[in-house]
Amino acid sequence: MTIDQLLVYFFGACALLGGVLMLVARHPMRVALALISCMLSLAGIYAMLGVHVVAVFQVLIYVGAVMVFMVYVIMLLDVRDPSFLRRYGHLLVPAVVLGALLAGALGVSAIRVGAPAIQPGTGPAPSYLVQPFSVEFLREYWLHFELTSVLLVAAVVAAIAIIRSGRRSDG
Amino acid sequence: MADTQLLLGLSFALFALGLVGVMVRRNALVMLMCMELMLNAVILALVTFSLETATLSGAVLVFLIFVVAAAEIAIAIPIVLQLSRQRSSLDVEGYDRLKG
Repeated sequence: MTIDQLLVYFFGACALLGGVLMLVARHPMRVALALISCMLSLAGIYAMLGVHVVAVFQVLIYVGAVMVFMVYVIMLLDVRDPSFLRRYGHLLVPAVVLGALLAGALGVSAIRVGAPAIQPGTGPAPSYLVQPFSVEFLREYWLHFELTSVLLVAAVVAAIAIIRSGRRSDG
Repeated sequence: MADTQLLLGLSFALFALGLVGVMVRRNALVMLMCMELMLNAVILALVTFSLETATLSGAVLVFLIFVVAAAEIAIAIPIVLQLSRQRSSLDVEGYDRLKG
């Protein structure tokens, strides 16, 4: 067992621990910090697998943009309500049973498939190198690239519309 | 155990944790973050599969999913802001005015 495999196991255990802490933690800020640690561990796994571009994007987009946004909203809405004292709704037991069943079924199917092994630490994966990826992206998938910009503009317009409609109903 | 199976198992476990979190927790922001966890698990599975097949389309799909995640959070946060402004609470069990 090489150091790369050990690191993949370590980061995987950290990601799982972060996921469990998200269910247990009481304050939303602690949940956000657990999610950030989980995402950073996943970025470590991506880096060990050789997909450095995805690892960088995971840190830049998820941790740097999405989670910073989320942390700002948590600080902005410092609301004290019953969801801080009673963490769980009344669906606790059936939801946990359902989640365990789902994880078990998916895990059994993953073991049955018997996929070939990915060797971590063998350098960058060929399909994720920046140059072939970007050339292929703008040559073959340019339409999807433009469609994502349309999607982002639509999301911005929708966010502004939601905020404005709420202001009108307040006043 | 092969690494592919380990990564797939990790992805499935994270997805199940996120699903349980969405169903169980009462705080709207925490539910949003659990949805982000589910999306992360899906991205991990996608990266694993696309490494296995060594195709470029898998890599492209990963980036499109990043964009969709950014758009989703840009829409979801204003909705939560509106809900908390109207009810002055983040507790989803208090949002009973959504009933028809």
